[in-house]
Amino acid sequence: MKKALLTTALTTSLLASSLLATIAASSVQAADYKVDVKGAHAFVQFKIKHLGYSWLLGRFNTFDGDFSYDEKSPNNAKISIEIDTKSIDSNHAERDKHLKGKDFLNVSSFPKATFTSSSIKFSDNENAIVTGEFTLKGVTKTISFSVIKIGEGQDPWGGHRTGFSGTTSLKLADYGITYNLGPASTHVEMALHIEGVRI
Amino acid sequence: MIKNTENGYGLVAIILHWLMAITLFSLFGLGLYMVELTYYDAWYKGSLDLHKNIGMTLFVVLMLRIVWRLVNTTPKNSDKSASSVEIKAAHYAHIALYALMLVLMLTGYLISTADGRAIDVFGLMQVPAFPFNFANQEDIAGSIHEILAWTLILLSLGHALAALKHHFINKNNTLLRMIKPSHE
Repeated sequence: MKKALLTTALTTSLLASSLLATIAASSVQAADYKVDVKGAHAFVQFKIKHLGYSWLLGRFNTFDGDFSYDEKSPNNAKISIEIDTKSIDSNHAERDKHLKGKDFLNVSSFPKATFTSSSIKFSDNENAIVTGEFTLKGVTKTISFSVIKIGEGQDPWGGHRTGFSGTTSLKLADYGITYNLGPASTHVEMALHIEGVRI
Repeated sequence: MIKNTENGYGLVAIILHWLMAITLFSLFGLGLYMVELTYYDAWYKGSLDLHKNIGMTLFVVLMLRIVWRLVNTTPKNSDKSASSVEIKAAHYAHIALYALMLVLMLTGYLISTADGRAIDVFGLMQVPAFPFNFANQEDIAGSIHEILAWTLILLSLGHALAALKHHFINKNNTLLRMIKPSHE
């Protein structure tokens, strides 16, 4: 009863204190992770062909997320990520300004891009297919992509960490981005590299 | 002839005035035009480079103009019938025009240097970025740049209308003395 109450408090209250979290984590089978954005052990990167002649890389500097994963029941895993679209950084201010504008991400109207998984199916200990709802520029689509578990274990500072990588290709026009970048640049390759710290 | 006198402007002030007027209106048009160009327009890159080159050069001209104004005689008001409100309005409008030009150029510079990159001016020199920047600098500076550009253009149109009013309605030499250099 007490345990259930604690768990409920944890899941329903966004303001659950870290103390409650500590108690909950030690008393239930811990499988919830917070993406380590503080320590920047997580990256949302993109790459797109420039004119078909080379790759242009960039990233979103601000995002947050959490996931749950237990190697005993990996198919119950879940993940959700929220990306601050105006944090786009392609290492060129004039280009970033253009990317944030109406021609591309229109960040003033659509400040967030989100992904929430609906199912995660592991085919072995490492490889899985993640399916979920991805929202970008106000358009929500169900996408599937493969992820790979990179590793899991204790860190040297008393925490427990697990990391994954996943990539997917998005068609820009699907999300209302129809600016002509040329025939080689209709899709953007997204890569998510995350490390979570167990809470 | 070269310098201002009490009765009118000298050649340097007149040339600086019209050179900047023409250049600012050209930059305004170029700015409005270039932001509509798309990736596969041949002038997509060149138009922005030209805008930056001219803008940076104009900053030097503005500095020369301000220095020239400060070290030179300011001609007396040419309209004897002007009310003190009119004189004050004209004076502050002139100050506002200078301030607008200065901040407009500064914000343009802040857009292009937001990533720490220098601005290349006609391939002749690199103007470095400030050693600091602020969050979303290119967006904030960009919005201000656009608003100030419109403000400057509207204010300078008002300035031009005022000059035409003095010429055609008040029939004094306010406009003419910005065309014909003053002789002592």
